[in-house]
Amino acid sequence: MTVASGPRTSAPTQVTLIRAHTKAQVLEQLRIPVAVISSTIFPALALLFFVIPQQATVQDPLASLTAVAQLALFGVMSAFLFNYGIGVAEDRANPWSSYLRTLPVGALPSTIARALTAMLFAFIALIPVLILGTTLTAAPEAFTDGTLSWWRVPLSIVVWLLCGLPFLCLGLFIGYLCTSKVAIAVTQVVFFPLAFAGGMLLPPFLFPDWLNTFSLFLPSRAARDISVQVFTGGVIEPLSLLTLTVWTLGLGALALWANRRDEGRRFK
Amino acid sequence: MTIPATSPTMPVLASASHVVKRFGGMTALDGISLDIRSGEAVGLLGPNGAGKSTLISLLCGLRRVDAGEVRLFGRSPLDPAARLRLGTTPQATSVPQTLRVSETVDFVAAHYPDPVPTADLLADFGLGEMARKQCGGLSGGQQRRLLVALALVGRPEMVILDEPTTGLDVDARDSLWHQLREYQRTGGTLLITSHYLEEIQALAGRVVVIDQGSIIADGTVDDIRGHVTLSRVSFRTGLPSSSFERLPHTVGVETNDDGRVTIVTADGDATVRALVLENLDVRSLEVHAASLEEAFRALTRNHQSGSVDDGPIRAHSQEQP
Repeated sequence: MTVASGPRTSAPTQVTLIRAHTKAQVLEQLRIPVAVISSTIFPALALLFFVIPQQATVQDPLASLTAVAQLALFGVMSAFLFNYGIGVAEDRANPWSSYLRTLPVGALPSTIARALTAMLFAFIALIPVLILGTTLTAAPEAFTDGTLSWWRVPLSIVVWLLCGLPFLCLGLFIGYLCTSKVAIAVTQVVFFPLAFAGGMLLPPFLFPDWLNTFSLFLPSRAARDISVQVFTGGVIEPLSLLTLTVWTLGLGALALWANRRDEGRRFK
Repeated sequence: MTIPATSPTMPVLASASHVVKRFGGMTALDGISLDIRSGEAVGLLGPNGAGKSTLISLLCGLRRVDAGEVRLFGRSPLDPAARLRLGTTPQATSVPQTLRVSETVDFVAAHYPDPVPTADLLADFGLGEMARKQCGGLSGGQQRRLLVALALVGRPEMVILDEPTTGLDVDARDSLWHQLREYQRTGGTLLITSHYLEEIQALAGRVVVIDQGSIIADGTVDDIRGHVTLSRVSFRTGLPSSSFERLPHTVGVETNDDGRVTIVTADGDATVRALVLENLDVRSLEVHAASLEEAFRALTRNHQSGSVDDGPIRAHSQEQP
């Protein structure tokens, strides 16, 4: 080992650093198969148990597409909420992440790497849902009979991931505010009501009026409506876009506030 | 072991000037000024809560100063570019549990322009056979070795180690010391904190003693010792230990489990003369130089009682501009 001297080659680029951080984070997660499997198969299981037994839904292409879109978003939301909420809380308690902050790297590469990792695992969770939707429901008929164009599939995947943004911010907010044990509990308590009242498990037309009205104010309902409309070729309500944007900005501001607050508190 | 001599002409790699850091109502650092020059090996010493870790976290860019200025390679340590030539270890033993050893080294190496090849680094630290193992599966000693190896992967010009050998057995500690001396021999600059004074004595040429957020002494190991000139005068006696407290130069009186009484004194010769002149009942008299730990305890005690009123002890010229 020698100390470097003379002219040095330039510092690694941001792209190199993002790649290194993403690789490390993906590998770390993959090595805990239980975590990967549970988040990956959960939406697929929900599809299998709640949707497939309903003949009326499965035989109707549009109803099938709706169900697939709802559960896809369910998968994205769970991947974002859990990856950020619990991941950030655990990181804060871990001296290794303090060590990483002493490396010659800013906050950006690891933040982007975390988003990419969350999106990757969210995307992985979409695959079994899409496979089940293709093989066990009438959903593909909507594309084969020419009702819908094929480009809606890749577009929908992008839209689903983007609709996850408010939950990403919510996850950050929880992660910066709570210890990891509290974060696990809070994330679970927040996740299921949000998913249910957002119409991800039951379509909203089955809701009683009061729940439907309440639901329209939730980010999960707005995200669900946009996801479904893009996938089924419906009309996106401006109100859904507005609701989702307001929630994303609001939760983003809270996440930022919690992050700032954390900088002061973690070093007591 | 020889420690390369440093002269004031060597460039300053890291500096703190009049740095103040508060946490809530508590002042962790109270106007500290310190220069670390290229090639130096500096040991940071002080009781828990003295401000050592706070100072290090400022130098590593983990926190912001409330007042004053911290510079690392001429930049703010908060600027990632300032940390390109710095290597650190975390204080606690923490490794990414599920990453393999080689993956962990590759990951940290990716942050530097010219890293030591992973295989070479692991071989140097006796971790070659562990390369494929997950970090969580390493023993505590192996994890510590890995962390120190990571501090050196970027060929840093300066390394900051916060208690590098805490919890290591003697063999593991000696092999780490060997690596760190090797690093220093090739021109590396070292800043370490340690609970083990032996470690500071073994690795550092210069000792900086911090207490209650201020530097209370700054000099070579011998200077610090010489400055307080503490001795331990121990003997057997039939008299109660309290009867020796009135002797001149006495800093403290202790009674061992086996009944030996030890006077810690600022002037061993004077103490022995007093014992003889007063014809006190003492047998099997022994006189030892005090350890660095005792010197350090005396320093912090003096500091707390305010008897060091002429400012920090500057055992050699380290005055700030």
